[in-house]
Amino acid sequence: MVTLPVAMASTAVRSSSTLEAWTGDLIASLPPAAGPLAPLQEQARAALLELPAPHRRQENWRFTDPALLASTSPRLLRPEQGAGTVSPHLRLRFDGSGDPLDGVTLPAGLEPIAGAELHQRLGSVLEATGCAHHWLTQLNQAAAEHVLALRVSGVAPPLELLLPAGASDGVLPLRVLLVLEEGAELELLQVHTASGASATSLVLEAHLGRGARLRHGLLAQGHPQASLLAQCVYAQESGSDLSVVSGCAGWGLLRLEPRVNQLDGAAHTSLRGLQRVIDRQIADTHSQVTFSGPDGQLQQVHKAVADGQARSVFNGAVRVPRQAQRTNASQISRNLLLSDRARIDTKPELEIVADDVRCAHGATVSRLQQDELFYLQSRGIAADQAARLLQRAFCEEVLRELPAMAAAWRPIDRLLGEA
Amino acid sequence: MIRSDAPILLEICDLHACVEDKAILKGVNLTIRAGEIHAVMGRNGSGKSTLSKVLAGHPAYQVTGGTVRYRGENLLDLPPEQRARIGLFLGFQYPIEIPGVSNLEFLRVATNARRLEMGAEELDTFAFEDVVRDKLAVVQMDPAFLERSVNEGFSGGEKKRNEILQMALLDPMVAILDETDSGLDIDALRIVAGGVNHLATAENATLLITHYQRLLDVITPDYVHVMAAGRILRTGGKELALELEERGYDWVDQELAVLESSAQGRTPVEVG
Repeated sequence: MVTLPVAMASTAVRSSSTLEAWTGDLIASLPPAAGPLAPLQEQARAALLELPAPHRRQENWRFTDPALLASTSPRLLRPEQGAGTVSPHLRLRFDGSGDPLDGVTLPAGLEPIAGAELHQRLGSVLEATGCAHHWLTQLNQAAAEHVLALRVSGVAPPLELLLPAGASDGVLPLRVLLVLEEGAELELLQVHTASGASATSLVLEAHLGRGARLRHGLLAQGHPQASLLAQCVYAQESGSDLSVVSGCAGWGLLRLEPRVNQLDGAAHTSLRGLQRVIDRQIADTHSQVTFSGPDGQLQQVHKAVADGQARSVFNGAVRVPRQAQRTNASQISRNLLLSDRARIDTKPELEIVADDVRCAHGATVSRLQQDELFYLQSRGIAADQAARLLQRAFCEEVLRELPAMAAAWRPIDRLLGEA
Repeated sequence: MIRSDAPILLEICDLHACVEDKAILKGVNLTIRAGEIHAVMGRNGSGKSTLSKVLAGHPAYQVTGGTVRYRGENLLDLPPEQRARIGLFLGFQYPIEIPGVSNLEFLRVATNARRLEMGAEELDTFAFEDVVRDKLAVVQMDPAFLERSVNEGFSGGEKKRNEILQMALLDPMVAILDETDSGLDIDALRIVAGGVNHLATAENATLLITHYQRLLDVITPDYVHVMAAGRILRTGGKELALELEERGYDWVDQELAVLESSAQGRTPVEVG
């Protein structure tokens, strides 16, 4: 098959030029740079015109064609009017079209960050995690007019963040900045929804001061024509504790990039992700955890369910340089393949230079276990119901770790399409 | 309890089955009536566990000949879940651990599947908790096990008790207990056997598959069958189990050798 590489290369060239044309159209359609993020918008628009768009010849886009993004109209999404929501905890709605804190009285423990401090803080975690100049970041910065920027001190009340893309077609750029001061604690649930051909671009930066604790839940239920491109990046000072739990399903294209830098080591990071794809959906998680000092800990579990002709990708980079002695890291990728035509690509990427470390990693791809199915069937449970029970159980292991306030969204029913 | 006029619940005729093209069952015949307790004994590899799996409908086993009628109905035509719903129960030798599936939820879904078949109402979560708490007493099981995942991290004895709890909830007509005594210490064995005895009535039947006499010290069988090379070689009363215990399985091998040599003697005739 001599022709195959040639054919693939030409597709890739076409794809990337498609995406570059789309980017040009998007930038041309954007309103003039304005608001608090105007300088960033201008820089990013200029940078985007220079940057080559990502394409499948690049290692970290090998399995996921970024040109799929071009099926969304290259213009800003016009958000629909949000319905009033009632919630027992603080719930903020952010659709990119205005200041999300307008008219909001923040409780003790949360305060807005603005002015010079905002500009000094914005981008610093992106720099620390090595993605400040990535195309996805620039795309977000070129378009985002508003930012939700919060300082957290003491033990803040739980915060729920609604990020609906609605049924419209277009690009929804969302930017979030969280600065947790020394010893601060926050439980955050971020909920993405979409019901049309939108592309949500999220950049969330969180800085965890010494001994700070952040529990970050991300629940994202999409639409077969919608994309979600989410970069969630975290800088952790020593003694801090970060737990990220994500559950994503139903997106035509999902690209999730959690990145963590333990700035001085000696922090604890827990990353748990679940992605479920059916039909022709694509979900791709590229995570990266860097230990910049000794005694850091990481527990990472990534799970995927792929059915139909869908594709799931996981790439988990763990970087343990020379100074990161006594790092203790574990990473496991567990995948459930429900169809002969679905595809799973999973890859740990460990760069270990320090010599006194424990880094365990593993990956499994399996079908539903025949013995488990038979056991359930032998108790009167029909084969399809047994399969659903087992799939639920597989997903629950991750989803039960979401912050308690997620229960109102019935995450398991939602992500399995049974809500 | 043997009553010759009791209805036949299970009738196995000349059953042949294989796994991955290897013939395991080579003509099993067995009739079980209501009220009876049968024990099938035999060495490892004699086919007794295969018999239980074939009856329950395990997909890895292919039936290559013979018939099985359950209360007059062709059992082999039914998918495993339907066999369970109409009252056939298999107690597993190695109950499967299913991480993430709540034991309580599993028991409820299973119980409701059986209840629907019997024309009873489904039980909601609350009603089911009352029912299950009653049944826990049958196997002296700690309610804490309901909150855990199915069999996950259970000891051998706890798994077997969970099997008998399922049996108590599903109220089967024919319960097949595959090596229920294996891996049990004497106290656990007594509890599990107590549960089985408690559940045995004049209307249902029990088929015990076991290697050892010790289970039959606590559950008294009406019939004992000795299985070898995929067939039932001999049938007797409970004294047959005692004889096996005393003489070991060697004489079974001798009887089998006689049988096989006569079968070999016949082969040319059949071919010719």
